[in-house]
Parts: sequence; structure tokens; C-alpha cells
Amino acid sequence: MAILIDETTPVLVQGITGRIGSFHAQEMIDYGTNVVGGVTPGKGGAEHHGRPVFNTMKEAVQATGATASIVFVPGPYAADSVCEAADAGIEYCVAITDGIPAQDMMRVKRYLRLFPEERRMCLTGPNCAGTISPGKAMMGIMPGHIYMEGKVGVVARSGTLGYEAASQMKERGIGISTAVGIGGDPINGCSFRRVLEFFEADAETEAVMMIGEIGGPQEAEAAEFVRDHMSKPVVAFIAGLTAPKGRRMGHAGAIVSGAGESAQEKAEILRAAGVTVVERPSELGAVMAAVLGS
Amino acid sequence: MDIHEYQAKHLLAKAGVPIPNGGVAHSADEAAYLQHEIAGDRWVVKAQIHSGARGKAGGVKLCSSDQEVRDAAAELLGKRLVTNQTGSQGKVCNAVYVEAASDIERELYVAMVLDRASEQVVVVASREGGVEIEELAEEKPEAILREHVDPAIGLLDFQSRELAFGLGLEPGQMADAVKTFRGLYRLLRDHDATMVEVNPLVVTKDGRLLSLDAKFGFDDNALFRQPKISELRDRAQEDPRETAAQDQGLSYVGLEGDIGCMINGAGLAMATMDMIKHAGGAPANFLDIGGGASPERVANAFRLVLSDDNVRAMLVNIYAGINRCDWVAQGIVQALGEIELNVPLVVRLSGTNVEQGKKILVDSGYPIITADTLAEAAERVVSARA
Repeated sequence: MAILIDETTPVLVQGITGRIGSFHAQEMIDYGTNVVGGVTPGKGGAEHHGRPVFNTMKEAVQATGATASIVFVPGPYAADSVCEAADAGIEYCVAITDGIPAQDMMRVKRYLRLFPEERRMCLTGPNCAGTISPGKAMMGIMPGHIYMEGKVGVVARSGTLGYEAASQMKERGIGISTAVGIGGDPINGCSFRRVLEFFEADAETEAVMMIGEIGGPQEAEAAEFVRDHMSKPVVAFIAGLTAPKGRRMGHAGAIVSGAGESAQEKAEILRAAGVTVVERPSELGAVMAAVLGS
Repeated sequence: MDIHEYQAKHLLAKAGVPIPNGGVAHSADEAAYLQHEIAGDRWVVKAQIHSGARGKAGGVKLCSSDQEVRDAAAELLGKRLVTNQTGSQGKVCNAVYVEAASDIERELYVAMVLDRASEQVVVVASREGGVEIEELAEEKPEAILREHVDPAIGLLDFQSRELAFGLGLEPGQMADAVKTFRGLYRLLRDHDATMVEVNPLVVTKDGRLLSLDAKFGFDDNALFRQPKISELRDRAQEDPRETAAQDQGLSYVGLEGDIGCMINGAGLAMATMDMIKHAGGAPANFLDIGGGASPERVANAFRLVLSDDNVRAMLVNIYAGINRCDWVAQGIVQALGEIELNVPLVVRLSGTNVEQGKKILVDSGYPIITADTLAEAAERVVSARA
């Protein structure tokens, strides 16, 4: 078992005919993901990678029965595409797009809350590497081969640091149930806490690797959840020890602007909640091995 | 992106937010002319640089004659001002703002920011203006008023009134308070700002409510639809290294250390900098080359890192997913063919096409120290540092 996606999940690609969407749709298909079609407004009726292309998400969902979608639509239009997915009845949406205006994301989140909880779309990202259930399905832009199938759940803001964690674990023979990228933007879909809830409920996930960074309240919120509700061990790393206050470090959300947002403070909060905090990013695999071994 | 006080004041005035009479001057003559236009008996001449804490750095001068205004402007214009926010280089003052001095009865604080916890805009206000709001939040959290704004509804007038009464304003000041809050919210919403701060918002001795200083933060992701805001950019106020990076679409932040860094991905970049620190070094910069970087883009990034005179060793750390190690290696070799490398260079490549990438580096014959892991890379660059 895995969380969010597996080999049966029918997936639509929003922006499938664009350069980036097209490339990664092929990679996803090659990995074994059940890609059932794509959407590009104005290109309905065409075929791409042997899959049907639709003008709207509503048509695409009706015709294919898709329950998941991945968004490669450019920043200025991506928020609209996410809302369209929610309206069409998609259950799980991954937004890869980088550069979505924060106010657009604010509107997306408000739009999602209009749906009753049982019909509310689950969103991860934007500005993330996507989600992969190794050996089953990949909705994202990650190099699939570095992820070994197994029992550790991974949740990370950063894409490349998630790769680093996956490959360090693979070297030690530690596999992954599902790896979820939640993205580096200040306003995003699922928080760390939400993904931890999924992993806690997943019978085959035995431990969780959480990779956070400076900025925002989500790591502290996750710490509270671990302390009060989690039975599985959590190992965490927080990037940005050397990041000066008030400077944005690449990700739109990676900026220390208030109390509790620095790497040191977040590490302390997590440690106090019973999380094993990794000091050096070179020891992600070693610390997880030690936690699993004990 | 930051803007100057005079630009912020112009936005406030257009949005109907009451501010003191004033204007921007680029010469002492112009400042003196403005002072006559403004009238009154006391004026403030303020250096226009992208930094707070200008007063403590001598960048704000109170004047009581036209000669004093002229002298203050002449002194500030062309000067480099060093504040606790500018770094030791300081920032050059190319314009001054001249405005009527206000007789202040009380100083208040108001800001609107994108609140990441509630995913809404939150209005933050306090009776204690002119102070660091963060310190106040820690010491006296009860002294801070908050109102959340639903993005689909906007700030309602009753919320503005609640804030105004909470700030202890008089019934006669309500109209100005509502105008101020409503104007600030509209500016934030219409210009894709992530922050607008008025500190201080003052009550004058004659009972008026005025915004004395305003600071905006704009969402870089939304500049594509804010051409008028993009035009307010002042390159003279930016770190030239960061400007060059931005022009090439690279994400770069200049820092104080001496180990140059070129990395892909913001998270891996921060983690690599952390590793350098654990190994006993200090990074000279943050640099993310982004995804799918071409050899040209890599070569540009490489040159940019080495253009910093403080760099005494350089580390390249790539974990290629949508990047390609062979392209990165080609970019490095291309850059090394054009510039003289005077510092040790450590390269760690991993991921897509790593074998081709390593071969390109070896075949190039340049003295490159290689590393296979993150830990090795950090240790080698710190010990190789001249």
C-alpha cells in the first residue's frame, strides 16, 4: 500500500501538449503510471502519447473516469487549472508549476474550502517535484530510478533535497512507500501535517522522513501533530541554518520573517515534540537506518 | 522587489490614504523649491534608499529654513548611507523626499501581510508605533490587534472601525482611519503586494491621522501582471551580483563568507550551505541554477559566482533530476575555457547522466577536485580553501 497514488490511479495531465508537460507525461507513462489522457484548451480531439486530449477537465473526467491530475500549466494560468480540476471532481491534484502569484493561491485555497470535506480535492504543491509511490506510479518530475520500494514515507518541501534523501536511503537498502513534495511556496496545498496524517493512517508506512526549510508555520504545526497523534517514528531535517533573516532563499516561501521561522527554532520545536532531528543533510540515510534498527 | 518611500507615498496618495504634503527632489535646488511649495515652518528631508533605520544612519534631517533644506539635500545626495540593514557597502542616495514636518501627538503601527497560517491577508495594528513590531509581538502580544480579510469579500468598513477604536482613535478620526485601512488593503490587493507597512501612522497635535512612512513588499511571481510596479525598480539600490543573476534568470543571494556555491534546487542549495558551515567554512552566496539548465546557463552561473572577489574556493553540487550532469559539466568546462581559475574547485555530480558528466570533467584536464557525496564535497571544499 501507499498513499495518494498507486498503479491503478487514473491520471490526467493538465498542459499535456506543452513542452514540459509533454516530456514529463512520457516519463510518467514509462514509469508505469496509469495516464489516461490530457487537457489543453483548444486541442480537444487530438491524441498525444497515444492518449486522448480534451478541451476541459469536465469532459476529460467524464470520458476517462480519472481521479487524479497533474498540472504543468504556466504560472499565470495554473491557479485556474487547479480550480478547474477541483470543479471536475478530481480527488487528488499535483501542481508542479513554479511562479504562481500568492494571491492566486489564496483564492485557490478559498475555492477548495467551498466543497464539503468528503468531496474536497486534495492538492499538493505548487512549486514541487510531485509524488511517487515507488514501483507503482509517479506523478512528478523526479528521477524515478533513485526511489526504492519500501516502508518509509517521505514528505519534503524541496525537490532536490527529497532526491538526496531517497538516494541516501537507497544506498542503505531503505525503501519508500510514497514520497510527497509539498512545494516551496508560501501558500500551498497539503501541509506537512496533512501528509503526516496520511502516513500515520497507512498500514505499510513504518516511519516518516520529513524535510522542511526556513519560513512559515507548517513545520511547527507538524511537530504538534507528531507529539499528540503519531505512533510512527519521524526523522526530520530543516534546511537553511546559514540563511540570513529577511532574505529569500530561492523558494518564494523560504524566508525567515518572524519568530519560530529559522532553521534552528524549527529544529528545536521538532525535537521537543519527539522528532529525531538530523543535524547534517549528509546523514539523512544513516539516521533513518538507526531509527529503523532500534 | 523593494520600492522607495517617495514611490510608496505616491501610491498611498492615489489610493486616498492621508499623508503629509511632500515631494521627491534630485538636487538641492529642487529640494528648496519643493520646500516653498509645501509651505509651513518645519520640513523633513529624507534620504531615498532601500533600507529602514535611515534615521539612525543620519538619513533623515529636520530643517527649519530653506537654507537648511538646501544644505540637508546637498549633503545627502550622492552619499552612501550605511544602516543596520544595508551591509557594510551601504546604499547610494540619489534622491531625497522633502515633506512638511508633523507635530506628533501619538505614533501608531499598522501593517497588512499575507498570513501563511490562515492563508489570508491579516491586518496587524498597534498603539505602539515606531517600534519593532516583532519585539512587541514577543514582549506584549496583547498589544497587537488583528483582523483577517476574506480574499473574496475584502476588508469591510466595520473591521476598519474596530481597528480604529482599538487603536484609541476619536470618533472624528474615523473617516480618515477607514480611508487609510481601505486604501492600504486596495493597494495590497490591486498591486499583488505581500506586505504593506505604515510605521508610524501618526495622530497629529491638531487631530489628523497621517501615514508618515510606508514600506511595500511585492510578489515577484505576480510582476508579469504589474508592469507599473516593475517600472519602480531601482537597480542602483541592488547588489550588482544579484542584479546580474536576475537578468540571467538565476536565483542568487550574496552572503558574507568565502566559499562560492553553484547548486541546483533551493533546498539542496540551503542544505549544501549548511554542510559547508558544519565543515567549518562559510558560504559566499546562495545560487540555484534551476531545472533543465543548458550549458550556457551553467557557464553564466559559474562566472557569476567567481566574479565575487571574496570567493576563495568554489563548490558545485548537482543532484540532477530534470537537469543533466553532462550539460552541467559542459557548462563548467566552457566557463573554465574563458576565465582563469585562481581558486580550488570541487565538483559533486549525481543523478541523470552522471557518468557522461564526470567523463567530460576528467577529459577536460582542468584541476578539478571531485566528490561523490554531499559530506565529501563540503569537507573537500573547506580544506581546499586557500
